[in-house]
Amino acid sequence: MAEYLTLFIGAVIINNFVLTKFLGLCIFFGISKNLSASVGMGMAVTSVMTMSSILAWIVYFFVLEPLGVTFLTTIVFVVLTASFVQLLELVIKKQAPALYNMWGIYLLLIATNCIVLAVPLLNVESNYSLLKSIVFAIGSGLGFAVAIILMASLREKLVYADVPKPLQGIGIAFILAGMLSLAFLGFSGML
Amino acid sequence: METAIYIIVVLVGVGAFFGLVLALADKKFAMESNPLIAEVEDILPKGQCGACGFAGCAKYAEAVVEDPEVPPNLCVPGKAAVAEQVARLTGKHAEATEPQYAYLKCRGTKTAAAMAAHYQGVKDCAAAKLVGGGPKGCKYGCLGFGNCVQACPFGAMTLGGDGLPVIDKELCTGCGTCVKTCPQGLIILQGLGAPVQVTCSSHDKGPAAKKLCQNACIGCGLCMRSCTHDAIKIDNFLAVVDTKKCAECMEPTCLAKCPTKAIQGLLSAEKMKQTA
Repeated sequence: MAEYLTLFIGAVIINNFVLTKFLGLCIFFGISKNLSASVGMGMAVTSVMTMSSILAWIVYFFVLEPLGVTFLTTIVFVVLTASFVQLLELVIKKQAPALYNMWGIYLLLIATNCIVLAVPLLNVESNYSLLKSIVFAIGSGLGFAVAIILMASLREKLVYADVPKPLQGIGIAFILAGMLSLAFLGFSGML
Repeated sequence: METAIYIIVVLVGVGAFFGLVLALADKKFAMESNPLIAEVEDILPKGQCGACGFAGCAKYAEAVVEDPEVPPNLCVPGKAAVAEQVARLTGKHAEATEPQYAYLKCRGTKTAAAMAAHYQGVKDCAAAKLVGGGPKGCKYGCLGFGNCVQACPFGAMTLGGDGLPVIDKELCTGCGTCVKTCPQGLIILQGLGAPVQVTCSSHDKGPAAKKLCQNACIGCGLCMRSCTHDAIKIDNFLAVVDTKKCAECMEPTCLAKCPTKAIQGLLSAEKMKQTA
């Protein structure tokens, strides 16, 4: 139990994917202008990551490893996550239109995102069990959500700040992300 | 050699599997969408102003086709022409809509209105209002940073040299986006009919209002007494025009009476003669 908790907290805070591993930065900067959108994005990433982790785990341990072609992992996972997101989009569009209205645009952005590919890859690289993979994926997704929600709250305040002209917009956002990242580095060595 | 075969098998297998699953899912979860929706959307002006009450033109097109309760004349910028076409496509009856345009109820120009403070913050009306109600002496007046100008989806507004936004009646579609944007609530939608409008929103008492802005309505009531159609009332030191009653009048006597010229004629002199 303690092992899972460590893994989970580690994924959320200490090894935060955005702020310490610098993955998923395009959606991190793209969607963090407004708080409600970033909450939606965080939820969408978490759920997609969890489900694609399960799928990837099954494919890796039941197909790639027995056949001895683990060097194909990256390319197979790219196909897998991208098609899975497409599939999810089709299903949600039909089955839950309300959810689709909330998530639809984000799902397409996630389809080719590095963070969704990184989690299944790290899972199989670290030889996690299925349960561990799921815990790690949920943790990583929540870590992403925490980072993007923090960033969005800061950027909403930033609108009223007197930012020097050359830094306005994405420039100050980069600086802000750097400071957030430094703050999160303070967590390293906690576990 | 064996590995090479496995590579081919795995890649082709994974590709084919997901290809098939996606193809099947596409069939199974296909959304039947009405081609009429796209046709209606094509007609709409695509200003995405939201004056219809829906989140953009696509949503309105969907609603007007799918829902028999949604009238075809909600598109304000499209005016009668669009309403007619939408009605024809959806088989609904379009009622006539009176064209409207945005009108700024303030004449507190740089020269006319006194300043209470020097504001150096973000050039944004809402931000300026947060700082003690804005830099102008008159707390009801136009802040002049042009939030409305930026919001206008049709480019009908410009910031004039006197610090007030200028509305181009030809380009203005009456969508009301600026009305919602103005933190002071100074912009109204004005019909084409009424000949006059009070161009001030100050509820300050007469002397106070006059001190803060030369063009302010001081609530003296001269217009109310001179009005032949009983269309003007004084409400809390501000004259209010009843546009319906006012539209019947073609020789407004109030214009000449107003000591601060807070009441402004809206029609050109020629037009007034024509209609009279």
